[in-house]
Order: sequence, then C-alpha cells, then structure tokens
Amino acid sequence: MSDAITPEIFDHLVLLAALELEPQEAEYLRSELNKQLKAIHELEAIPLDPSTLVTSHGVPYTADITPHIRADEWLPYPDAEKILQQAPQTEQDYIVVPDIPHTELE
Amino acid sequence: MKLSDLSAFELSDLVRRKEVSAMEVLDSVLERVQAVDGRPGSLTNPLHPSESEDGKLVHAFITHTTERARAQAQQVDRCLALGEDPGPLAGVPFTVKDIFCVEGTPSTAASRILANFVAPYTATPVLRMEAAGAVMLGKVNLDEFTYGSSNESSAFQPSPRNPWDTSRVPGGSSGGSAAAVAACEGPLSLGTDTAGSIRQPASFCGVVGLKPTYGRVSRYGLIAFGSSLDCPGPLARNITDAALMLRTIAGPDPRDSTAAAIEVPDYLVDLEKGVRGMRIGLSPDYFQITYPDPKTGELRQEPVPAEIEQATLRAAGRLAEMGADIVEEIPMPHTRFGIPVYFVISRVEAASNLHRFDGVKYGYRISEPVGDLFEMYRKTRARGFGPQPKLRILMGMYVSAAQYSEQYYNRALRVRTLIRKDFVDVFDPGGPHRLDALLTPTTPTPAFPIGDVYGDSVLMQFADQLNVPANHAGIPGLTIPAGYDAAGLPVGVQLLGPDFSEARLLRIGRAYEMVSENDAWRERRPPVVVEFG
Repeated sequence: MSDAITPEIFDHLVLLAALELEPQEAEYLRSELNKQLKAIHELEAIPLDPSTLVTSHGVPYTADITPHIRADEWLPYPDAEKILQQAPQTEQDYIVVPDIPHTELE
Repeated sequence: MKLSDLSAFELSDLVRRKEVSAMEVLDSVLERVQAVDGRPGSLTNPLHPSESEDGKLVHAFITHTTERARAQAQQVDRCLALGEDPGPLAGVPFTVKDIFCVEGTPSTAASRILANFVAPYTATPVLRMEAAGAVMLGKVNLDEFTYGSSNESSAFQPSPRNPWDTSRVPGGSSGGSAAAVAACEGPLSLGTDTAGSIRQPASFCGVVGLKPTYGRVSRYGLIAFGSSLDCPGPLARNITDAALMLRTIAGPDPRDSTAAAIEVPDYLVDLEKGVRGMRIGLSPDYFQITYPDPKTGELRQEPVPAEIEQATLRAAGRLAEMGADIVEEIPMPHTRFGIPVYFVISRVEAASNLHRFDGVKYGYRISEPVGDLFEMYRKTRARGFGPQPKLRILMGMYVSAAQYSEQYYNRALRVRTLIRKDFVDVFDPGGPHRLDALLTPTTPTPAFPIGDVYGDSVLMQFADQLNVPANHAGIPGLTIPAGYDAAGLPVGVQLLGPDFSEARLLRIGRAYEMVSENDAWRERRPPVVVEFG
C-alpha cells in the first residue's frame, strides 16, 4: 500500500508546523507518521451509529461539579521584570523579534 | 533501616511528634540520592551507559533544589518549635516531574526548547504539597514533553534507569518519578498521566501510582500535553502514602476551570475497611494485547504473557479471600481501540499546545542571524524540539486538517464515546454487571531493555494500551505492585473505577496490601539500593 502521507503532503505539514528538517530526519518522521496512520485506520473497523456523539472530555461536566466562572478581574503579576527576563531578546520593556515579513493581502 | 526507607506517613508522624527533625529526614534522603542517583540529566552529558557508573545508577533528577529543601525543612522544624502545625506532610521529601512549573526553578519539560526557562509561578499541586509541609527535593526527568513510555526521549541525558535493573527503562513518561520513589529518593513524587504515564512507570518500578479522575486535581501550572486527558497524581511506595498525597493535592481550584467542584473525601478514613461484598470484574478484553508486527507493521492480537496474566489472577484470588466477589467475562469491547483513538486525539491537542513554543516569549531561540521572524520560528523549533514533539505536531496537523478531520478527528472523538460507554455500562449500579471496580494487568510486559523499543513510535505507544482507555473515559486508575516475574522485574495490576471513586480504589489496593503483607516478595528491595544505598 502506498504511503498516505506523501513527501508532498509531508512538506506542506512541515511548513504549517513552522519546522525545518534535515532530509534524513524528514524521512524518518514521515515513515513513522505513515506507520501511526496505519494504526489509526483500525478505527474504520468500528461501525458507528449516526447518533453517537463526540466526547471531548471523558467526565461529563454536569452543573453540580462545574466550577462557577470567577469574576473577570485584572490581576497584575507583581513582578513583570521576572517575566520579561525569560524572553530571549528585549529592549527596554519590549520583546524584540526579527523582521516580520509583510504580505499584501489580495 | 534508614529514615529514607520510611513511608511518608511514618516520616510525617515522626516529625510531627518531634522524634526526628525535618532536617534529619532531609539529610537521610539526600544521602540516599547522593548514593544511588548519579549525575542529573543535562543537555551536554555524553551518554555512555554501559561504560561508566552511569549504567549502574538511577539518574532520576534533572534539577536538585537542595537549598530550597533545606529552607523548607528548617521552616517545618521552626513551626514545630513554636508549637504550630506544619501540616500533614510535615518534613516529607518529595520530587516533582519536571513538567510542572515551580517558581524560581528550571521547568524544562525535558526539552531543549525549555532548557533555560525559569518558571515565574508555581503549579497548584506543588503549592498544596508545600503548604502541607512537604519538602521539595528537585525536579525529576521524563520523556520530552511527556511524549513517551520509557524516558529515553528526554533531551536531558542520561535518562532515568529502572532501579530493579538499570539496563532497563523505568517506563514513562513519569519515569523519573517512579524510579525516584522506588529507589527511596523521597517517598512521594508528583507525576502526570495522559495515557498511563503514572501507572505504567509505577508498575515497571514496583510502586503505587494513581491516575485520579480527570478534574480531580488541578492542572494549573502543568505544561500541557493533551488538555482533555492530562491528570496530575501521586506515585508512592504504598497505598496509604498515595491516599495522603491525593488528599493534599486534590480539589477545586479557581485557577483551573476544569478542576471539578466536588468535595475531597478523607481518603484515609475508610482505607482499611476491606472489600467484603465488593464486585470486582475481570475482562477478557484486558488479557489481550495488540502490537504491530515488526516485519509487516500489521496489527496483531495475542494473549498477555502468562506471568502477567497469572499475577492478575492471583491478585483476584487474594481479593476473593478477603470477601470480594470476582465477576468474570466482563465485556469491554472497545478497549483495543484506545491506542488508535489516542493517536488522533492526543496529537491534535499536543499540536495545539506546542504552538506556543516559538522562541519569542521564553525558552530557547536560535542564536544565529535569521532573515525574518518565520525563519526564526522554523529554526528555533527545528533545533529546540526532539523527534517526539515533532511527530505529534505533524500528526496533529494532518488528522485535524479540514479535509481529514471528519475521517480521523471526529471519528476518534465518537469512538471515545464508545470507550467511555464500556465503563459506564459495567459500573452502572442498575446494570447487569454492577461492578465496583475492574481488575486488569497494568502493562502488557514488564520493564523492557533500554534501546529495545525506542525509535519505533507505534510499538512504544502500544505499551500504554491497557492504561489509555481510562484517560479517554476520564475515570480513575490505580496500579499496585503484585509481585515479580522470573527475571525479578516488578509486575503491577490495575484497578479501574467509576468517576471520583478514588477512595474505593485505594481501599481495594490497601486490602490487597494487607492480605499480601507477609508474602516473601514484599521483602525485596531494588538492587541499586542494596548495592549503593
């Protein structure tokens, strides 16, 4: 059976994922993805009743266990400097990034 | 017997009664860490496991927080001297899987991309441990971003080894936690379980591991993997300690809207009330394993190895001696689809969660000059992430793409409904089975040798096949040690129960401990502790 994730599809995924891969790494990852996809295809063996709904969380969040939504209050972090220190590049109180390419929208 | 060999319950009792100080306890545990752990994992360590002492030691840690621990232990002793209550975990040393943020400590997720990240805040379960008087020894290793079942994918090498045989993996992803607890490097560790990541390593290392109900323990401060699956929980050497720790970390949290608003029972109160009259099920679907054929990649099914099956049946027999009703032939027909479903759901959630790591706000950024922002993203993520995060991002994007999502993602979410229904049906008090719990093997095999599986992402994933259905369903799961195989490796059994039934699972686990407490296998200690400890 041919690979579902072809080199072309894979290259597109790499672009979307904001990655850049060496050829050997790319081939290994593509091969693993196709093996995983083979396992995923097991799901096609299950007859699904159209009425079967999706489950996004295992435990149903009924009203009695769902926390009340807390007030939407602004709570400033007491030490902004500590957070800024984690940024790879800053200038004054700004986080600095390389040039952002601009694209004309059609 | 050293202080480091004692349980959390015994240590807190001794400290609270001032028979020993928290500093004495800490010193004893630090001495044990010094003796058995070896150098911590780092990005720059060469890996020569078979040629040096690295191959003989545990290597559970990434970061030691010894000064922090000393300050906390002194604070406990000061409280006691002033006649104040230092908390129920007074002076109990514990470790934290390095997937939790702890203020002022490197919080790495075992990834190069977060190697230099120092968390500006502390995760709720850690805050609660420290507020209860527990003393944090350090951050322990894991699979990169928790993505794995062996710890070999950590960017911080040497990765942890199994204290029962240091040529074998400790399991994962909470492998550092399980190895540390087994080697008496602190009686408690805080782990996480997304597809068995507490239970599988706990079983491999011969300790107790509890995956609580989803929402039982706050995820605030946990670096997210699969947000609908992740559950923080305890690893301990016995049931009482796991109960003590769960009581401490569980409960609602205004900082996590998925932390359930449901009261936390005192898990210790009914712990020794036994199992008389409880209905405990055995399912043939949990005595089958699926694995990809090494040559063709086709999935095969076969019975679990005889030693694994026998350990589970022996545990059932002992629980029956205690008065439980063992109910056989429980149908759990969707068990085998747990891993395929997981391959889809967890990847979509992981891909979403990993987009935040971009070299802008925190963590690693490539140092060489780049043309623009997008090139910086690509190069930073290419070098910062190892193969496991990359695989998850790519698969997550593929199966959730508009043209494929109905075929893969939505289908997986609907099969998840069927997996949940299997459990709901067998635990239904008005249904035909009316189970209090399901008893299963925890893992399809004991701990495997380092290097045997790593690199085959499909085979590695199938190591979690008996654990992952509980994550899809959200229900709690507990693994307890149930003996050893012929090679001397620990074998665990798993108890699964309905939502928020942790107290019941712990009670069954404690009953098993009580009925087997005089068994010869209970006397065994990990060779690394006997030799170096």
